[in-house]
Amino acid sequence: MADTSDRPPRRGRREGSDPRWLWPAFAAPGLLWLIVLFLVPFYAILAVAMGTIDPLFGLAEPVWNPVQWDPTTLLQVLRDLVGGRLTPVFLRTVSYVVIASTLCILIGYPVAYFIARRAGRWKITLLILLILPFWINYIMRMLAWVNLLSVDGLANQALVGLGMLSAPQDWLAGRSSTVVLGLAYGYIPYFILPLYAALDRIGEDLLEASRDLGANPFWTFARVTLPLSKQGILAGTVLIMLPMFGDYYTPNLLSGSPRTRMIGNEIDQFISSGIGGTEGAALTVILMAFVGLLMSYYLISVARETRRAAR
Amino acid sequence: MTAGTQTRVAPGRDVTAPSRVGRLRGWIANPWGRPRWLAAFTVAYLVWALAPVLIAIQFSFNAGRSRSAWQGFSLRWYITDPTLSVLNDPSLRSALSQSLKIALLTMLIATPIGVGLAIGLARWLGRGARAANTLMLFPLITPEIVMGVALFLVFTNLFGFIDLGTPAQLLGHVTFTISYVVVVLRGRLFAVTAQYEEAAMDLGASRWQAMRLVLLPLLMPAIYAALALVFAISIDDFVISAFLSAGQDSVTLPVRLYSSTRLGPTPALNALATILLLITLVAVIGAGLALARSRRRSGEHGSAVEDLAQFDM
Repeated sequence: MADTSDRPPRRGRREGSDPRWLWPAFAAPGLLWLIVLFLVPFYAILAVAMGTIDPLFGLAEPVWNPVQWDPTTLLQVLRDLVGGRLTPVFLRTVSYVVIASTLCILIGYPVAYFIARRAGRWKITLLILLILPFWINYIMRMLAWVNLLSVDGLANQALVGLGMLSAPQDWLAGRSSTVVLGLAYGYIPYFILPLYAALDRIGEDLLEASRDLGANPFWTFARVTLPLSKQGILAGTVLIMLPMFGDYYTPNLLSGSPRTRMIGNEIDQFISSGIGGTEGAALTVILMAFVGLLMSYYLISVARETRRAAR
Repeated sequence: MTAGTQTRVAPGRDVTAPSRVGRLRGWIANPWGRPRWLAAFTVAYLVWALAPVLIAIQFSFNAGRSRSAWQGFSLRWYITDPTLSVLNDPSLRSALSQSLKIALLTMLIATPIGVGLAIGLARWLGRGARAANTLMLFPLITPEIVMGVALFLVFTNLFGFIDLGTPAQLLGHVTFTISYVVVVLRGRLFAVTAQYEEAAMDLGASRWQAMRLVLLPLLMPAIYAALALVFAISIDDFVISAFLSAGQDSVTLPVRLYSSTRLGPTPALNALATILLLITLVAVIGAGLALARSRRRSGEHGSAVEDLAQFDM
C-alpha cells in the first residue's frame, strides 16, 4: 500500500472534487470508436444510396456532400417496394416476421411464465436449459434442422415410419412454412429471456392480494399477471422483430429457392454482386427507416407506460 | 336454491361430497395444484429447442458419412480421417483458427474500451452524457445486416487503407461488442457507487489509487463476465464476418458452416460446430464461475445463473 500518512485527509467536496473532464475522458475512447466506426459507416450508406453509378463498370460511387445527393435510386427502390418488383418480397417479409413473432409469443409466454413463477425447485435447472440456446451458434441450430429435414433425414424417417407420410418430402425446397418455423425456432430464446425477467419481477404479494380479494387463478392471471407482463411481451417482441426483418441467412439455409426471399436476401444480393451497390444501400436505408419507426413506437409506448405507472 | 326443485337422493348418501365426475374435473382443473400442463408444455419446448442440436452433436461422432443413419462411434471427423476431418482439412482448420484469433483480439481490445466507456457514462453528469448514452445504445438495436452493409461500404469506399478480411473483421467485431461490455458493467456500476472511492480518498488515497485499488477490484466480476461475453459473441458472429471477409483465409467458423450446409456436407461440419459449441460453453461457464466466486466472497445472495439471465438487453 502506498504511504499516504503525511498527506492530510481530504475534507469537504469542493476543493478535492474531480475535474470535470475526468468522466468524459474515460468515455472518450469508446465514443470516438463508435463515432468513427459506427456513425461514419451509417453516413457511408447514405452517401452510397444517394450517390452515382460509375458508367464504365456499373460500380456505385459514393457522394459525400449532402448538397449533391441524388435521390433517384432511393425513390425508385421505394416505388419498387410499394408497387413494383420488390412488393412480393416486402409483403412476404412482413408476413413471415409477423407469423414467426406470433408463434414466438404463443410458445414463449407459457414457458416463461412456468419457469418464472411455477417451477419451484426446478427453476435453476430449467433456467440453465433455457439460456443454453443463446450460446449455441445460430448457424449450428439451423444446420441441425437441415440435417433433420433432409430427404433422408430423421424427420422424414419418423413421419414415414409413423405412417403420417406415404413418402419422404423435401422440406428444404422453397417452403414458406419451413422458413417461418425456422425463424420462430431461431429467435424464440431471444423472446423468452426478457419476458422471463419481466415475469420474475412481478411481486408475489400482488397475486396474493388478488386471491384474497376473491379472484380465481384464471382471473388473477388475466387481470393482474398479464397486464403487468405486457411491457415484457412488448420488449421481447421488438427484440426479435428488428433482427428478423434483416434476416437473410435463415431463408438461405432452410430453402434454396427464390420463392422465399426476404428483404435481407435482396440487400445481400445487391451488395455482394458488386454492381448493385446503390440499390443495396438505398434498400438498407429504407430498412433502417422502417426499423427506426418500430423502435420509436416501442420507446413511446415505454415512456407512456412509465408515465402512467408514476402517476 | 329455487323453491320447488327436488333432488332424488339415495338414502345415506352424502350430498355435499362431489360426484366422481366432479372430482375428476377438480383434479384436472385444480388451480392450486401442480401446473401439469404448463410443466409438460415447458418440457416439450425445451426438448424441441435442444434435441436437434444434441442429435447433430451425436452424428459428429458417426463412423460413416451419413448425418441421419448411425453407423457406429468414431472420432473420424475430428481427428482420424486423413483428408476430411477438422484436423486435416485445411479449410476447416483455418476457419477455426480465424474465429479464435478474431475472438481473442476482439475480447482484449473491446473490453478495456467498453469498461472505460461504462465508467465514464455512469459518472458523467454533463450535457453530453445523454447523447453519448444514446450513441452507445444504437449498436444494440441495429439489425446486423445494416451494420454489415455499413461497415462493408465504409471499408471499400472511405477507409480503403484498411483491407477487407482480418483487419476489417476485427474492427467490425470490436465496434458492435463495445456496447455489450457497457451493458454488462452497468448493473455492477449501479451498485458500486462513488461512495467507496470517496471513502478511500477521505482516508488519503489519490484519485488514481482509489480507482485502481477500490473501483477496479469491485468491478472485476462484471469485467470477467464482459470478457467472456465479448469472446462468445465474437466467435458466434456471422453477418459482419461474412460481409467483411475477403476470400478463404478470412472465413470464420460460422461463415464456413453457412456456406457448406446445403452442399451435401459430411459430419465434419457437425464436428466443427460441436467444437465451436464447446469453446463457447467453456467461456460462458468460466464467466459464471468467476461471477459466483466473487459473489460468494462478497456475500451476496442469489444465483450467478440468474445474473446471467438478467444480461438480456
